[in-house]
Order: sequence, then C-alpha cells, then structure tokens
Amino acid sequence: MAIYPLKETRTPPKSQTKAIAWLKDNLFSSISNAALTFVALYVIYLLLPPILNWTIFDANFDLTADNQSCGREGACWSFINANLKMFIYGFYPKEELWRVNTMFGLIAVLVMFGSLIKKTQYRVHYIIGSFLIYPVVAFVLLYGGLGLEIVETDKWGGLTLTVIVAAIGIIASFPLGILFALGRQSEMRVVRFISVIYIEFVRGVPLITILFMASVVLPLFFSAGMDFDKLLRALIGITLFQTAYIAEVIRGGFQAIPKGQYEAADAAGLSFMQKTILIILPQALKISIPNIVGSFIALFKDTTLLLIIGLFDMLAIVGAASSNSSWLGRETEGYVFVAMVIWVILYSMSRYSKRLEVRFSTEHR
Amino acid sequence: MSELINKEIGKKDCCNIIEIKGLNKWYGDFHALKNIDLNVKEGEIIVICGPSGSGKSTLIRCVNFLEKFQEGSITVDGTKLTDDVKKIRQIRSEVSMVFQHFNLFPHLSIINNLTLAPIWVHNETRQEAREKALKLLDRVGIKDQAEKYPNQLSGGQQQRVAIARALCTSPKIMLFDEPTSALDPEMISEVLDVMVELAKEGITMICVTHEMGFAKKVADRVIFMDAGQVIEQNTPDKFFESPESDRLQTFLDQILTQ
Repeated sequence: MAIYPLKETRTPPKSQTKAIAWLKDNLFSSISNAALTFVALYVIYLLLPPILNWTIFDANFDLTADNQSCGREGACWSFINANLKMFIYGFYPKEELWRVNTMFGLIAVLVMFGSLIKKTQYRVHYIIGSFLIYPVVAFVLLYGGLGLEIVETDKWGGLTLTVIVAAIGIIASFPLGILFALGRQSEMRVVRFISVIYIEFVRGVPLITILFMASVVLPLFFSAGMDFDKLLRALIGITLFQTAYIAEVIRGGFQAIPKGQYEAADAAGLSFMQKTILIILPQALKISIPNIVGSFIALFKDTTLLLIIGLFDMLAIVGAASSNSSWLGRETEGYVFVAMVIWVILYSMSRYSKRLEVRFSTEHR
Repeated sequence: MSELINKEIGKKDCCNIIEIKGLNKWYGDFHALKNIDLNVKEGEIIVICGPSGSGKSTLIRCVNFLEKFQEGSITVDGTKLTDDVKKIRQIRSEVSMVFQHFNLFPHLSIINNLTLAPIWVHNETRQEAREKALKLLDRVGIKDQAEKYPNQLSGGQQQRVAIARALCTSPKIMLFDEPTSALDPEMISEVLDVMVELAKEGITMICVTHEMGFAKKVADRVIFMDAGQVIEQNTPDKFFESPESDRLQTFLDQILTQ
C-alpha cells in the first residue's frame, strides 16, 4: 500500500489584471451577457446626460434667486432653500420651531447616552424607560400644554409629520404584531379565530380604505361632541394596518423555528411565557429582521397616503409649496428633493437592518 | 417480568421511580404504543432498542409528556402525569432529556444554554448557576468553549453540551433519545464516554440507542421493542447471549453483523 504525505497549502494564483478579470467575469461572461451590457450602456448614455444637465449643469444654484430670475432650462434649487422650513416642519408656527428641533435633538441625546451604557441589564432598563417616558415628553413638546402654547395637529406637517406617523406606526405595531402572531399560533380556538379574522380582514383591504374609514366613516358613529383628532384617527388606522402585516411576518419567523427548540424548552420545564420570551421570540425575530424592516419601509412610503385625508406629509407639502404663486411650476425640484430625502432615510434603514442581522448572527463564521 | 428481573439482578430493588401501566398511544389511527407496562427502579440504567418506528422514542417522550397518550398511566417519582400543567412542569424539572439533534438554543452562548433552566425554572441565582455550569462543562471536557455559540462547535461537542445542560438542573432521571445517531462516527465515542461516566454515578437513565457496546457495559436491563410493544427484556448478558424471541434474534443479527 502507498502512503501519501500531506501537501502544503498555497495561496490562490493571482489573476493577470484584476480589472480585466472582473470585467470578463461580470459583464462579458457570455455573448448574451455582453449584449445586455451594451444595451445597458446605451440606456445610460440616453438617460444620464439630460438628468445631469437638468440637476447640475443647467441648474441655478443661486440660493437667493426667485422664480423669474432662475431660468427654465435647468433646476431652480433656490425653491428648496426658500421652502425648506415648510418641507421639514409643515405649517408649524415659526416661533415654536425650537420645540420640534428639541424633540428630534432629544432622540440623538438618548441614543448617545444609551451607547455609553455597557452593562446589558442597565441598558434594557434604559431602553424600556426611554420608550415609556420619551413619547410623553415628545407629545408635550409638539402639541403643547404645561405652559407651552397649544399647536393643533392640523398645523403639523412635512418631514416631521412623516417621521412621527412612521415612527408611531412602527413602534406601536411591533408589540401588537407579536401578540397577534402568538394569537394565530395559540391553541385556544377563540384567540386563534379572532387573530385570523383580524389579520386576514386587514390584509385584504388597502391602506387607503382604512384611512378613509378612520377619517370619514368612524366619526359618523360618534356623537358630534366626541369628535377626536384627525391625526390620532389616522395613527390608529395605520397602526391597525401595520399590525396585521407585522403579525404575518413574525408568524413566518415562528414557523421557521425547528420543533426541537420547542421540545427542548418544554423538556427543560420552562413555562409557556418563558419558552416564548426566552427561546422562541428571539430566534423568530432574528429570522424576521429583513422582512420586518421591509414592512417598515413600506409603511414609511405609505405615509404619503395621508394626503387624501387632508394631512400634509412631506410629499403633500411640495404640492402646497409649488402652488404658491411666487413658485408656480417648480414642483419637479420639490419632488426630486423629497425623493432624495426619503431615499436617504430608507436606505439607512435597510443598511441598519443588515447591521442588525450581522450583529445577531451566531452562525459559525 | 420486570419484578423478577430486578430480583435476579439483586440490586436497586428499593422503589420504582417510574411506573408505566397499560400505556396506549395512537397517532391518528396508528397504534404507536400497545399496552406498555414498565417499572424503573431508582438508579437503574435501562437501554431500549428496536427497529425504527417501533415506538421506543415515543415511549420515553411520554415520560416527560412531550407526547400525549390516550390510555394508561405514568407515575414519575410519586407524581402521576395528567393534563395539569403544574404537575407536568414539576415532573419536567426532575426529568432531563438529551435529544438526537442536540436541540441546543442557537441564540444563546454555551454557558447561557446551561444556566437557562436553573435560573428560570429552579430559581437559582445567576452566580450559583454559572459556577455549577462551569463545573459540568469541565466534566464533559469543554470548559474552554463556554462563551462560544452552539453552531461554532462540532456535533460531538454540541451533544456533550446538551448532556451538561440536562445535568445542570440536578435531575433524578435522564432520558436519552438516540444521542449518538446524528453524530459522525469519530465523535460517537466522546459522547458515549460521558454517558458511561454518568451511569457510574447512580442517576436513573433510560437510553434509546443502538450502541450495543454501551448497553453491554453499563445497562442493568435491556429492552427490545417492536411494533409498539415490549417484546423482550433481560439483563444485558442474557439479552445478547440467549435472546428468547425470534424477532430479537433477527434484530441482533442485523445490527451486530454490520
């Protein structure tokens, strides 16, 4: 019999030139792939120059220019500058803007303090405390009371409104979604039945319908004196809507967990609550992160539907600003700007979700 | 039958820690366990073997109520198993189980896998639980992996962690459900060694396994199951030397000539 000595390990061979190898692998690996590359290049050639011309080369970057002096061949970015406050704060009174800034600033402060706390246990207390106290502070700041002048919610708008609605929708729908996901898995028939009915009903209806219901139909059931805030109604509608989607996403996470995990938790003598909170939920949520964030991104975009019930989110503000007689015909600049802002926010959310996935990953790497 | 055998063995004939009477279980129409009677003495090491689908896993999973049964009764350490959640949890806190696929909690580090039940079910302090867990990890030879996560360990290491996790609650009874069946061949012995050590310490063990070497070495009694019933049970010597039933003879021929 022969004996074979162990061979030494070597580094892989270097390809001749990295750039050429990359081109060959990615853009010209086959004839059809090469053809697609050329088609794509042609499309870029057709589209890119006019876009660049309009946004940069023919655009007027003079931030003090008015509608007439701007010219018509390129973008007039002074429109954004002149209306920036409106885009961000809506119709919030100018003297009170510090309140909105303080509210957003507080978040940064909270996050910074939180990152200084190293011990997990204190960190959990801190996070829970923040979630309980911050919304109250934020509400007082925005709405008024305790000596602050009252600012009715129909004055709220712009990016502020978009962020508030999305944040409340996300934060409120998350625990509710978990409850309904658990409810749908429950062995108690009544609980399961209610959960299924709720989830399937809401998912079968577009958000617009729910918003209309909340803003137009709901008040019909209340007596005239009981009319409650339009924004609050919209928030309830959005939360109920989002809850159903989150519930389904998390249920998917539950189902991806092997039966052995439930058995091991049972065999260890854990109660149902312990099993759910300590074993099942952490794993289910981890699996669901991409879908949860996807669902939140969808919600963020859906906040633009608030326009139809008369709330002015950032997109609606563009319409309002460009119908001002001194800026007629400049909505394109506004929409491009809003698109950029929303893209930046959503792209950060999506990157953050990637980071979370990596952080919670316990796979062998 | 079992009474007689226990007398014959002449040891541990004090008291039954598990009493199974007239146990019947169906999966839908399929009759999985047929009228099982089985008593286990305190400190007894029992090995159950038999072809797949013979009901051996189902039987031991009934003992900690991972499987519901329709007829008969199981009494564990004086507590009769019923639907009562409290009683089930009480029994589960005294009975630990090691699974074929380890079933470690992948989101928790090794040490947290071990301390989970002591902290949440047995109300031990974090400190106590941690110290005990480290001792147990030392005993199964993987103390240096305490802060790692299950998926970073080999199969054999994971199963040893699972055994340490099962021991962490100081159980009176250990159930092993084919603990070596999912392991690569070279990792089987490291797990079996831990189980042999454990057997010497006088804990009550019921092992579903095809490792006949293990059975010969440590078992007080070997049980052969087929088609949902106990066909034959005997001391390891007689079980392997002079099987009485044809079915056991055939089964032994098949697995021993491999």
